[in-house]
Amino acid sequence: MRDPLAQKVVDIKPSGIRKFFDIVSEMKDAISLGVGEPDFDTPWHIRDEGIYALEKGKTFYTSNAGLKELRVEIGNYLKRSQGVDYDPLKEMLITVGGSEGIDMALRAMCDPGDEVLIPQPCYVSYEPCTILTGAKPVIIDLKPENEFRLTAAEIEDAVTDKTKILILPFPNNPTGAIMEKSDLEAVSEVVLKHDLYVISDEIYAELTYKGKHVSITTIPGMKERTILINGFSKAYAMTGWRLGYACGPENIIAQMTKIHQFAIMCAPTTSQYAAVEAVKNGDEDIAKMRESYNQRRRFLLNAFKEMGIECFEPFGAFYVFPCIKEFGMTSEEFATRFLQEEKVAAVPGTAFGDSGEGYLRISYAYSLERLKEAMTRFDRFVKKLRGEKKA
Amino acid sequence: MEFREELLRIIEKNSRIDTKELAVIMGVTEESVIEELKALEEEGTICGYHTMINWDNLSTEKVTALIEVKVTPQRGQGFDNIAERIYKYPEVESVYLMAGTYDLMVILEGKTIREVSGFVAEKLSALDTVTATATHFILKKYKDHGTILARKEEDSREIITP
Repeated sequence: MRDPLAQKVVDIKPSGIRKFFDIVSEMKDAISLGVGEPDFDTPWHIRDEGIYALEKGKTFYTSNAGLKELRVEIGNYLKRSQGVDYDPLKEMLITVGGSEGIDMALRAMCDPGDEVLIPQPCYVSYEPCTILTGAKPVIIDLKPENEFRLTAAEIEDAVTDKTKILILPFPNNPTGAIMEKSDLEAVSEVVLKHDLYVISDEIYAELTYKGKHVSITTIPGMKERTILINGFSKAYAMTGWRLGYACGPENIIAQMTKIHQFAIMCAPTTSQYAAVEAVKNGDEDIAKMRESYNQRRRFLLNAFKEMGIECFEPFGAFYVFPCIKEFGMTSEEFATRFLQEEKVAAVPGTAFGDSGEGYLRISYAYSLERLKEAMTRFDRFVKKLRGEKKA
Repeated sequence: MEFREELLRIIEKNSRIDTKELAVIMGVTEESVIEELKALEEEGTICGYHTMINWDNLSTEKVTALIEVKVTPQRGQGFDNIAERIYKYPEVESVYLMAGTYDLMVILEGKTIREVSGFVAEKLSALDTVTATATHFILKKYKDHGTILARKEEDSREIITP
């Protein structure tokens, strides 16, 4: 029998932390700080609209690009939050989560041989999705001294005449880093100079703690060359609904919609009806959740400060990214020992790229009570390690 | 204003949180938290620090009744006087002035149904201005003060990579 598998799929290395998570799932009483999704339930009025849609028998496909009403509401939302105008009929695609949008954008834009700039540490899907298109991922290692922001110089260093796309993953998972307006202006200049396109993954746009998020699409000249990816998972605590969207130039969205239509048909209908309610009447829910996240964020930063653990202040998403280099272990060794000895699971930074070595991703999508217990254990563990080092 | 409201929102859900921790999670100094709390107490915005208890978990007998009361308002005083007459009884838990088919809502806690009905018959109905009452007994509390009772929160998020 011949090999049934495609070589380029087999060649993609499996997620390095699978093994780590396998241990976590077997440890029943472990405290996890590893989850990358909100701990809040989807606000009831949003769930209620989903239920209502089911009751009314709205169980058919929607149009391929998604419910028109939803696209119009997303257009209104982008206008009021960022001041950008997107045509709901031509420049928008409703996707199955932000992650589908990323995949579709890369597939619609990449030819074999093209190069895609991926700043790491970052969400894990950009690299394999790029490889599947035949394009070449080019990794930019973000630096702690820049608070893991992307700089113009770093792009310049990585650009070749084959570079076509820059992935811009801010606010960032796993570091919590954000890009402010001046950072984006500097990046935009290089993007324009080299005639690049941008895939801006702004799934955490609503979760920033230092002024409002700025989208790169608001920088002059950038909307025309940017695919904006966003979704409902993080802002409205709707991960399981699997709903996101992509906005961009008509010609790109049209091709993305074509692939989406053949691969997916349309995003889940119930979720789309619920999302209409979310985007119309969910601003207050977001504010409440953001307030809680911010309190937890401050709690963790203070806890690390008191322990003498180096950690830059992240202003986005719901992660902190403390440095554990002083202990002379790899991230994975540290995380594994921490799990075995204190039963707390924190994700090794290397899960998000080699430049995450020496760091841990701590999610604060957990109650303060849980975080407190976890930090008590972290403190105990750190003291033990420092004691070992002295001995 | 935002600071006050956030502070109130936190301690409304957790009055046991200490000022040091409040300062940390709100990103301010402990002194400013202490000052603000003092001001809020003095001006009567914070009226007390209570504990949410699900008495059903104990064998202690306890009955809560919700009583609709119709009254005749008094010239020059409206409902305030009669409301005061009612809320001064220690067994009265809460008194609200209502819009709608009755005037005052009285929430009463007693040990037994007999005790509650005794109060309604002998004290409440005996007031001159009270023209009618309707007593409802609470059978089970599902949610109180925004807190769902008798349900343990569980983390049902599954492990997904990463």
